Amino acid sequence: MTAMQPESLLDWAGPIANGALVTLQIAVLAYAIGLLLGLIGASAKLSPIPPLRALATGYSTLIRAVPELLLIILLYYAGGDAIEWLLSLFGLDSRIEISGFATAVGVLAFVQGAYMTEVFRGAIVAIPRGQIEAADAFGFSRWTRFHRIVLPGMWPNALPGLSNLWLILIKDTALISVIGFNELFFTIQQAAASSRAHFVFYAAAGAIYLLMTMTSTAIFERLERRVRRGEA
Amino acid sequence: MNYSWLSDPFYQEYLWTGFVNTLWLVAVSATAGLALAVLTALARLRGPRPIAWLASAYVTVIRGTPLLVQLFFFYYGVGRLMEGVPGLRESWFWPIVREPFFFGALTFTLSVGAYSGEIFRGAMQSVPAGELEAGRAFGLSPWQILYRLWLPRAFQIGLPSLTGEMILLLKSVPLVSTIAVMDLLQAANIVRDETFLVYEPLLLITGIYLAIVILLTLVMRTVERSFPGVRATQGRWLPMRRL
Repeated sequence: MTAMQPESLLDWAGPIANGALVTLQIAVLAYAIGLLLGLIGASAKLSPIPPLRALATGYSTLIRAVPELLLIILLYYAGGDAIEWLLSLFGLDSRIEISGFATAVGVLAFVQGAYMTEVFRGAIVAIPRGQIEAADAFGFSRWTRFHRIVLPGMWPNALPGLSNLWLILIKDTALISVIGFNELFFTIQQAAASSRAHFVFYAAAGAIYLLMTMTSTAIFERLERRVRRGEA
Repeated sequence: MNYSWLSDPFYQEYLWTGFVNTLWLVAVSATAGLALAVLTALARLRGPRPIAWLASAYVTVIRGTPLLVQLFFFYYGVGRLMEGVPGLRESWFWPIVREPFFFGALTFTLSVGAYSGEIFRGAMQSVPAGELEAGRAFGLSPWQILYRLWLPRAFQIGLPSLTGEMILLLKSVPLVSTIAVMDLLQAANIVRDETFLVYEPLLLITGIYLAIVILLTLVMRTVERSFPGVRATQGRWLPMRRL
């Protein structure tokens, strides 16, 4: 009669821990790609070339104005179709299934990139004008100026925004469950439905996310103290 | 792009209901949430120690967990428990309380209360102490100081951030489609399931959301401008995400 036993949190501990791990993997990867997109976006937004500026402004404005869940659903379909179309352009088999993991990472990274663009743009603009001029006066090339002066000078300004975005990203990963990918919250939903102990499982989900966000906050606080160590 | 389904009165009604519900949800949660935010800020700043601690725990938990998880927690978790409470099913408010719309509004209200509560707390702390002392010097009661000096000034200081909060609230509305509230996304999902058109309904409601966001921004900017002593946020019509 073990089948009639109500399922408890303990029975689901394994799948839930696994889901939490998947969630963290999605978040870390999406964050890394988002950082890259944000740097490119911010450079484009600050570049002297008008079409580049327009493109970056359109990207960051549009993405930030549309609800995340809507974007995730839209990009979930559009991403798949776009890749299929690209593959067919090269005459490759269009029957390739894109993994749910890649979709989740791609979609979240694309959304993060738009917000990162704004964070980086603000952080770069906040670098004192004199530092850039000093680099020019020393005859730095554009690239040297970027990676020796702009990047290091920008981090302290960008960090509060970046820490904020990381917390949002962790919370946004729960939205991925809506498109049916098996991460933490999707696992929790299955557990809750199968055990009928909705209250317990959703409270546990909250506790796990809270643990992730609070740990992250503590880490980012230390990081911020570190990048600001030279300041008064 | 095939938009012929738009002429179907059934789909028109779904979309209209979704639109109205979206606006209702924002209006209800914004009103109740801002009231809760003021109470939260007050509790954290002036409340006795246990109440201040409780308020800060509430803020930490709400801000540290995904809104979707909160929504499921209240709708499925608390909702199921409520069904078991004796007498509740017979009470006059049961028809309201069992609706998914109620749980959506409840969750969003708690969310606005926590996020805006932090904004309010910061804004109330930035009101110069001298202004409140001036109130005391004029013989105002603590209550008068609160609602004639402290709160209006805090509102003035926090208004640009609150504008951002309202837009974020609007953007979280589609989440309620997961608990079967007929919002715009739910309407689009129905159209998608019945017509097998993926992009058309989603793009349509994306456009509607864009229009509402722009409209809301303009409305909030007018509020900011007409509020004495507030400099409207210039040029930036989209908020940065939550702080």
